[in-house]
Parts: sequence; C-alpha cells; structure tokens
Amino acid sequence: MSNYLYLFFTFFRVGLFTIGGGLAAIPLLENYAITYGWVDEKMFADMIAISESTPGPIGVNMATYVGLSQLGFGGSIVATAGIVMPSLLIIYGIAKFLKGVNEHWIVQGVLKGVRPTVIGIIGSTLLSIGRVSVLNTSTDVTWNSWFERIDFKSSILFCIFTIAVMKVKIHPIFFIIAAGAIGIILF
Amino acid sequence: MNNHDRSLIQLFFAFLKIGLFTIGGGYAMLPLIHKEVVEKYGWATDEEIINYYAIGQSTPGIIAINTATFVGVKQKGFIGGVAATLGMVTPSWIIITLLANVINTYKTNPYVEKAFMGIRIMVLALILSAIIKMGQKVLKTFSDYFLLAMGLIFVGFIDVTPIYIIILGGILGIIIQTAKSRWKKKEDMHE
Repeated sequence: MSNYLYLFFTFFRVGLFTIGGGLAAIPLLENYAITYGWVDEKMFADMIAISESTPGPIGVNMATYVGLSQLGFGGSIVATAGIVMPSLLIIYGIAKFLKGVNEHWIVQGVLKGVRPTVIGIIGSTLLSIGRVSVLNTSTDVTWNSWFERIDFKSSILFCIFTIAVMKVKIHPIFFIIAAGAIGIILF
Repeated sequence: MNNHDRSLIQLFFAFLKIGLFTIGGGYAMLPLIHKEVVEKYGWATDEEIINYYAIGQSTPGIIAINTATFVGVKQKGFIGGVAATLGMVTPSWIIITLLANVINTYKTNPYVEKAFMGIRIMVLALILSAIIKMGQKVLKTFSDYFLLAMGLIFVGFIDVTPIYIIILGGILGIIIQTAKSRWKKKEDMHE
C-alpha cells in the first residue's frame, strides 16, 4: 500500500511542477526515475523515444511506463492518476473560481522566471542522455576522460540528426523510425 | 441512461479519440480538439479553446490534460473534468501496457539493441531541437539567459533536484518583473 502511495505522490509532484509545456516533465521524471533506481539512463532515453512514437501525451505515457515497470498494472494506474491530479484540481479551481488568473501579475512574473529556467533544466537532460548515446558509457564521466570517450560515429550521427530535425518539418515518429533503421545498419 | 450520464460518456470518448490520434501530444493535438470539441459537439468556440490552451500552458500540469480538464469542467463540473481526463489517458494506458511486454521480450535481441543505439542519438537531437525552438520564443533579455544558465548549471552539473530550481526561477521571475516595472516608472517620471 505504502509503495502505491509513494508512487502516487512522486508523480503528483512531477505533475505539479511541470510548468512551461513541451518537455518540461522529462527532467523531473528523470530525477526521480534515476535517483530512485527505477530505470537506468539508457532505459530512460528509450522511454522518451517510445513515448514520442505512441499515442497520448508524452508525460502520461512515461508515467504509465514507469508505474508499470515498478508495480505492474496497478502501478501504471497510480502513477498516471498522480501525474494528472494536479491538473484536475488546479484547472477545476481556475474554471470555477479564478477567471483570468493567468493574467495576474504574480502568475506572469512566475512564468517569466520559470520558462527560461525550465529550458536550462531540460538542457541538463542532454548531458545524461548524451552520456549513454554519444559517450558510450553509463558511469559518471570525469572531465579529463570526457574527450577520450566520445564515440565519433555517434557524434557525427548526432550532428546530422540535429540538422535534419531542425530543417525538415515532419512528425518526430518518422525521425525515430529512421534512426532505428540507421542504428541497425551502422552499429 | 439520462442526459447527464450520456454527456459524461461523450466527453470520455471524445477525448479518448483525441488521445488516440495524437502521437506524442503537444500542438499536434489542436486540430483534433477543434474537430471534436468545436465542430462536432459545440462544447466550446475556437476562441475559448485557444484561451483554455493558453491557461493550460501557464498553469502546472501536462498541457493536453489541462485542456481536456478545462473542457470537461466547463461542461459537467468536476466529474466532467474527470471523464475528459480519463478519456485522454486511456489510450496511453492500453498501448503502453501492451507495448511494455513486447519491449521486455525483445530488449536483448541484437537488432533491437542496435536500433535503440540509433534511436537514443535521435532522442538527443529531438530534445536539442526542442530546446532551440523554445529558446527562440522565450529568450529575449539578459535575465532570461541568466535563468537558463542557472537551470542548466544547478541541475545538470551540481545535481540539485529540479523542483527547487523551478521554485527559485519563479521567485526570481517575480523579483525581476517588479524591479523592471519600478525602474520603468522612475524613468517615466523623469521624462
């Protein structure tokens, strides 16, 4: 029982602090999933790919996946309920009682600070995912061994992939499928 | 079945459809919301949807869930919000649950391993491009770059829990905004 409660409140916190849209939930999920040892960094990167390639919001997909991997089907329900609960309560409050709250100067001020901060925090996930994809190691990398560990094939692919994603406007799922095929051919 | 139950079921299935047909969520969802919520059921106007979406972006939570909850609550109160949200998450539940077993079975297959080696690099590229796109919209002043650096350094290099840095960013945002409007007032008075 306490395991379920723990899972619920962890995902409740993720939902509550997912502000600024886009990938804002990812660093929060990563923080808990990896520090609690729920998944390793490789699995976490794979979960992002799976969540982007399947129907439904990415945050909900990832919550379902982590919940399932920890406590089975019950866990997936508890984790998903946890991540959507703050939305339910806050939006209900706004729709019923606080019209125009998003234009209040305090809310505007908070967003003004949170939006750029969240971009930096999402940037931090580049470091951990980069470690398992381009540096080819899952252990901590010290600064002086960093350069030796770079996998050049992966680094070049990373540059090509980034340019392709920036230039070609198609759904991420096509890029993920293409990257899978390229992986099978090249590695 | 009375009308109340029927509209709850309609809310559930409308958002189930929206969840099922938007892969990865995000902005891709808007045209489908328009089709179901505005055209088919008339639960909201286009203007209201854009408004809900804007509020969803500036309040905590996943934007897709916030928008679904908003439409549901407007129609049928709290229970309507629950019905819409349940609809939105049901496709994720079913598909991820089915897929997780498949992935666990084939995880050690050498071809699947190689495919994921390529996919992990793509995930890195997708996140970087999302950051660049968000940055182009958000980063305007020196303080924005300062806050970005703060988030990156504290979470990426010092391993501080992201929640504390988000709270710090919010507090600094209020301070910066207040300072700026004070400064502007002073300048206006001098002129």
